[in-house]
Amino acid sequence: MKIAVCIKQVVTREWQLRVNENKTWIRDSDASWEPNEPDAYALEEALRLKEKHGGEVIVVSAGPARVQQAIRDALARGADRALHIESDALAAADASAVADALAAALKDEQPDLVLTGLQSDDQGFGSVGVILAEKLGLPHATIIMEVDASSPTLRVKRELEAGWFQWVSMPMPAVLTIQSGINQLRYATLKGIMAAKKKEIRKVEAPAAAEAKQEVVAVYFPEKGKKTQMIGGSPAEAAAELVKKLREDAHAI
Amino acid sequence: MALGLEPDVILVVAEQKDGTLNRASWEAVAAAQQAGGDVKVVVAGGDVAGVAKELAAADVAEVVALQDAALAMYTPDGFVAALEALIAAEQPELVFFAHTYQTRDFAPKLAARLDRAIVVDVVGIKGSGGDRVYVRPVFQGKLSADVKAKGPAPHLVSVQIGAWRADAVKKGSGAPVREVAAGLDASTIRQQPEAPFKEARQAVDLSQAERIVAIGRGIKGQEHLAVAEGLARALGAEIAASRPICDAGWLPMDRQIGSSGQTVAPKLYVALGISGAIQHLVGMKGSRTIVAINKDPEAPIFEVADYGIAGDLFEIVPAMVAELQK
Repeated sequence: MKIAVCIKQVVTREWQLRVNENKTWIRDSDASWEPNEPDAYALEEALRLKEKHGGEVIVVSAGPARVQQAIRDALARGADRALHIESDALAAADASAVADALAAALKDEQPDLVLTGLQSDDQGFGSVGVILAEKLGLPHATIIMEVDASSPTLRVKRELEAGWFQWVSMPMPAVLTIQSGINQLRYATLKGIMAAKKKEIRKVEAPAAAEAKQEVVAVYFPEKGKKTQMIGGSPAEAAAELVKKLREDAHAI
Repeated sequence: MALGLEPDVILVVAEQKDGTLNRASWEAVAAAQQAGGDVKVVVAGGDVAGVAKELAAADVAEVVALQDAALAMYTPDGFVAALEALIAAEQPELVFFAHTYQTRDFAPKLAARLDRAIVVDVVGIKGSGGDRVYVRPVFQGKLSADVKAKGPAPHLVSVQIGAWRADAVKKGSGAPVREVAAGLDASTIRQQPEAPFKEARQAVDLSQAERIVAIGRGIKGQEHLAVAEGLARALGAEIAASRPICDAGWLPMDRQIGSSGQTVAPKLYVALGISGAIQHLVGMKGSRTIVAINKDPEAPIFEVADYGIAGDLFEIVPAMVAELQK
């Protein structure tokens, strides 16, 4: 079974966000980067499917040269090879443009399954996998918590809202977006890290950019919607003040 | 908008399951009414005459009951095909959805099929016509982005659950309901859905808890759970968590608050080390009093909190416990 996993590199959760001079995106020249966590679950699921059914796992990522770090991480965890669509513009492009690039890169690979995380921690469209399915002409399902690929008809468990689930079957090849928590992530071993150095990362040309379907005209820190009383002082002072307010003002305890 | 003379037609795609309207659909109607224009509503399914009638109470131009036996169970292929045809016939300028799991499953595909823009998870709309911008959270809600949809109409827009109020819907005098047969070829639908189910009964019903202490990534490790449990004991509260904590197996899944877990509205909700991604906020922002303790003063959780302490929970929580025991 040939499984492609689409991964994104995003700024780390710890990095203090800063807005760029034009206030149109973040100023990320000094950011620290990590693989998008939901995509890590998609990669883990692909590795487990390969262990069960054989085949290979191909990692695909679009973005500037820095995304090779995320690709290397995936190779170290056990992916077999990678495609890198090198493009600065795709770092913060809309979902349609990213899906176009991924579809172009995957066309000749003809994977049996394409997995990706349900959304990215930066743009949070949650749309790339679904649009990619349409561009590849494949069926899809989203927010998947279990994958059964033991027969040609794929059977997957979709998460619905409020604790509900649903099994859905569809023919392969197919595209799935994977829900975080579907599995327990493995760490890269030293052996894996060494092996990753010899694995192929093939550069793929980004397709000619279609006209953008959306434009970010401004980014800013959200205004507080509620009157939040921030309580300062030492931990002991703040704790005492908070407990007093919860007792006397909010009557919550 | 044709030459700026005609008002925009906004088609709202409502959602139902087995004849029960998803409440978030009213929020999408409210957003469309606020955006300004002629609002039409479509609801798709096997037999949705009842739901269509319910929707007709809103002040809208028309409600379309888009029906087909092949739409009785939701599938992305079926819904995309049916709505693609309806949009071609109706030619709306905008198509609004509530940003539900179902919308996330098919609306981006519909946009790709139509080769049109889609802006998802919208919490605000500013301006109108060509100047209209959509406000949406980015970076897990730490920043807001003003986004313009580009290219020809229709533009697809999904609005975040809770961003508009269902009770803000302007009521009318009974909109006309029109039944439309989708005429689907069932053999083109590739997904075969089975009946939805719930996993083993939830052991805890957090919706009944008076007080909840919830933990997020800031708790750092399972070995630190006792810190939060100590506070929960002192407050007489149930312990709960954001999704990543349950994903990691530090607390069982049935302790999860948020869009994929339980929705709660206790008297007191104490969020420890929870940054406040929207998936969590939708599950708890109805709480009467919200306390947030987080080391990042910019964390979005502070936007919904009544009381906030920007600091180290490992120092503040033990001090709270000591104070409560005085």
